[in-house]
Amino acid sequence: MMRRLREAWQGIKVGTWLGWQIESNWTEPFLFAIYAVIKPVAGVLILVVMYLVVAKDGLANPLFPHVFLGTTFYLYVVNVLSGVSWTVVDDREHYGMLKYVYLAPMHFYGYLLGRGMAKTLLATLSVLVTLLFGVVGLGVRLSLDDPKLLVGALLLGLASLAFYGILLAGVSLLIARHGWVVGDVVAGGLYLLCGTAFPLSLLPWPLRALGLGLPPTHWLEALRRALLGSGLHSELSRLTSAQLLLILVATTALGGALSVGIVGVAERIAVRRGLLDMQTMY
Amino acid sequence: MSTVKHFLRTVVGRAYPRLVGVWREKSWLIFDVLFPLLQVSAYVYIYRAIGAPPEFSGFAILGGATIAYWMNVLWSMASQLYWEKETGNLQLYLLAPTSRMAILLGMALGGLTATTVRAAGVILVGALLFRVPLQVSHGALFLGVFLLTLVALYGLGMLLSSVFLLWGREAWHLSNLFMEPVYLLAGFYFPVRALGLGLALAASVIPITLGLDALRQLLYPQLMENFRVLPVEAEMGVLAGLAVLFVFLARGGLRFFENLARREGRLTLRGQ
Repeated sequence: MMRRLREAWQGIKVGTWLGWQIESNWTEPFLFAIYAVIKPVAGVLILVVMYLVVAKDGLANPLFPHVFLGTTFYLYVVNVLSGVSWTVVDDREHYGMLKYVYLAPMHFYGYLLGRGMAKTLLATLSVLVTLLFGVVGLGVRLSLDDPKLLVGALLLGLASLAFYGILLAGVSLLIARHGWVVGDVVAGGLYLLCGTAFPLSLLPWPLRALGLGLPPTHWLEALRRALLGSGLHSELSRLTSAQLLLILVATTALGGALSVGIVGVAERIAVRRGLLDMQTMY
Repeated sequence: MSTVKHFLRTVVGRAYPRLVGVWREKSWLIFDVLFPLLQVSAYVYIYRAIGAPPEFSGFAILGGATIAYWMNVLWSMASQLYWEKETGNLQLYLLAPTSRMAILLGMALGGLTATTVRAAGVILVGALLFRVPLQVSHGALFLGVFLLTLVALYGLGMLLSSVFLLWGREAWHLSNLFMEPVYLLAGFYFPVRALGLGLALAASVIPITLGLDALRQLLYPQLMENFRVLPVEAEMGVLAGLAVLFVFLARGGLRFFENLARREGRLTLRGQ
């Protein structure tokens, strides 16, 4: 048991370090910092211009702070969920080192969790800068009415994203020509279905029902309540903050269990079929 | 074999895998349409949430479809020689007794044909799904603007491809960087004039900026009266100029960066 824990910790440590190096050491730290800032801020500015062009009251529109916050925290979804699943394709196909990672005396699941940690660190940098830009540049008023809800929701949401990202990484272990697509399509789908930038009530009911069943919907709603004092989706207004947290606890636990199970099965199949060093040139 | 024939055979040879690739893995087509459609749908709902007229949903759908071309230019033109380096093909390209421009041209022609299938899918499904009015008033002019935009855009792709020849992982990250900031500057989801005339004109160096503006003027002439950057004819002139300039620069750039990469030993450097 202790040996497995040690190996898992070793995997997390190495995965985090390696992930950070891959993400950041391709250029000078200054250029990297600009890179990490420009992308998310540009994403938010697209929404800003859309509101300025169309909404009668521009950024004073009551929806805007909710949309801003949803889009900002969605950066975690793209980076962590999609990033971790991409890790498998990148390590296997691009760097050709997945087989060596697997042979190393560390836990594979822990390694993937570590890569998720690196993505989380990177996303945190982008989220903080974007929040700062929103408060200073766009006049979004954030209140810290419920710090416990903020911390609880943030930690649970990040853990949940990492688990679901690892689950997708497990799926990516077994597929050849669609590896690059898995994370992007899931992240794109979540942007739409979770009502990241608009009220869920606008979606047709089957999509709305699907969105209400997805963990990031509750996560983003909890963060909105914690930082803005109110949520965006009328469908969730009857839930108390404690109930939202409880849903997050349950979905995070489910994500953890599913990811352990699916990665374990995928790992065994990948070893048996010789997929760990697959090179498809895609 | 004559030089021209050799050139044309290279173009066809490089375009071939891209055209065949579209049909070989058919499920890609679904994802290629689905992925932009998810984003487009989200932007349509954002517009609906703030009570925008339906034409703005048309802006989002047209923008989402043209994103397919920009993505193709970034990931399958600009970064292509980087991918070829990583998979060990670049040295074979450079050893082959043919024109590098023919290789780039083949890449561009194959890529834009394949991407047109995806973009058409996005427009078709998007327009049907959201019942967005798409009525072209001047069909020939619309087609002319569209083709000029593509020529200028893929000219830019050829230029970027030669510049990216020098880079390793920077190429990947730069392509990644040229997504959201370019979506913003080129006005993929809103009329670019909203950024201000100065910024809109500066962003016109990206051919999609004026191309999209002209296409929107032809689709929604009334709404675009307040938002146009330049008249359609002037925008066509600028696009034609950009097309010639980019292809000319790509030719010189390819020679320059290939020599530089040779001297610095970067042509076969993998995993960097």
